[in-house]
Amino acid sequence: MFTGMRRVLVGGTKNFFRGGAVSVATVIIMTVTLIIIGILIFLSALLSFTLAQIQDKVDVSVYFTPAAAEGDVLNLKDQLSQLPSVESVTYTSSDQALQEFKTRHANDQLTLNALNELGNNPLGASLAIKAYDPSQYQSIVNYISNDQSLQSAGVSIIDHIDYYENQDVINRLTAAIHDTERAGLIIVAVFAVASIIIAIATVRLAIYSSREEIEVMRLVGASNAYIRGPFIVAGIIGGVISSAITLVIFTPILWYLGANYTSWLAGFDTFAYYTGHFIEIIGALVGSGIILGGVASFLAVRRYLKA
Amino acid sequence: MIYFDNVSKIYRDGTPALEDITIAIQPKEFVSIVGHSGAGKTTLLKMLLAQERPTAGSVFFQDIDVHALAASAVHFYRRKMGMVFQDFRLIPNKTAYENIAFAMEAAGRPDDEIESDVPYILNLVDLGSKANHFPNQLSGGEQQRVAIGRAIINQPDVIIADEPTGNLDPINTYEVIEILKKINELGTTVLITTHNKGVVDAMGKRVITMDRGRVIRDDQQGHYIL
Repeated sequence: MFTGMRRVLVGGTKNFFRGGAVSVATVIIMTVTLIIIGILIFLSALLSFTLAQIQDKVDVSVYFTPAAAEGDVLNLKDQLSQLPSVESVTYTSSDQALQEFKTRHANDQLTLNALNELGNNPLGASLAIKAYDPSQYQSIVNYISNDQSLQSAGVSIIDHIDYYENQDVINRLTAAIHDTERAGLIIVAVFAVASIIIAIATVRLAIYSSREEIEVMRLVGASNAYIRGPFIVAGIIGGVISSAITLVIFTPILWYLGANYTSWLAGFDTFAYYTGHFIEIIGALVGSGIILGGVASFLAVRRYLKA
Repeated sequence: MIYFDNVSKIYRDGTPALEDITIAIQPKEFVSIVGHSGAGKTTLLKMLLAQERPTAGSVFFQDIDVHALAASAVHFYRRKMGMVFQDFRLIPNKTAYENIAFAMEAAGRPDDEIESDVPYILNLVDLGSKANHFPNQLSGGEQQRVAIGRAIINQPDVIIADEPTGNLDPINTYEVIEILKKINELGTTVLITTHNKGVVDAMGKRVITMDRGRVIRDDQQGHYIL
């Protein structure tokens, strides 16, 4: 049993290294396939990163009338904070709002003069609400609108909620990101499938050149498993070498992109992602290489083992 | 030992390759099958190797009905016979040593036996010094001797040689036939097909003559007569 396994391993290794041009061609094709699979991994990471980035920027602000009591506002803040869909609620008092307004218009003397003419603070307090998922804003807004306690002498203390202004933009943005993500992944997946088919065809061609050899092995009384084994081993060696080459190609490119194009990629640092997910990425590439080489060889030899 | 019982083979397009062949071969016989190309010699051997199925009749080897074997048992059956072909059929990316060792490895023989038997056989076929040569570094005669080494390494009950001298010059032909005769004298049944009149006539052994899928002569001390 062990002897048989060792012979298959040794035989496969020798076959691979004596294969010459055929082995080289197989490795090149498999490398291309793995590079495409690697791009698929990074593209999907980039897209979900961008999506998270944009979702993170989306929030809803509730503006209160200047007449609203601070206690009522803080009360609402506490209630909102306890909602499971709410990630955070930031309170801005009317004084802070005024301060921010003044800072923002520091160079606009006309506006500041007008503000001074008013005498009192015309700005109300506000709550900036951030949800875990953009789709939850609607229900949060509904929750606030239906809250009867936000009434002061029959008049709502809420001046306005900017969700209604942003709603359309938020929805369109979310849809656009989802569509881009899907389209991008489909395109790369199509390339990946195409290159996997090409890789399988290449392995098949490589083994086609061994068909007479397989016939001879059968005639000298080798079992099908014993014939198949070395081919699968050679395929797996090809896959492992291809994934190593892919990693060697990826590392400097990702480093370069991370160092120079992080801001261009909306803050996505490819190299940080690479080092942060090193084990997973190596696992995915080497695993794909092994499966690609092994399965392709298995399928290719099977044809010639049918009686 | 080998018995063809009313074997017929008709190919799918209706061409008959063998018609009603009945041949019995005894242990330790040296049998030459002669005939023109297309007479059915190779088809007959393929039947025995379980490479092709007869349309009618059966083939027995010892007490095995060859075509009743399960597909998973065929490789065990083939280890009982050694095969030699006109085109040598060595494995191109294995050395002479490895080609012979492969037959032993495939049969699951232990390493120490392989290490002692293969050099012995290589010397027997006079290739001791070329053990590490690949087939494309060997002459035709040398390749055929490797193939014979491979065929006899597992001490088969029968050697089946399909035109073993077809691609060889007269000197190599003589050497190959001498080796086959020696193997036969040591007790192995040998079954060869050939076109070579000189080989058959010099042998003075049993000759089966085939023509268009039929056995037309079967002489115990035959000559190549066509």
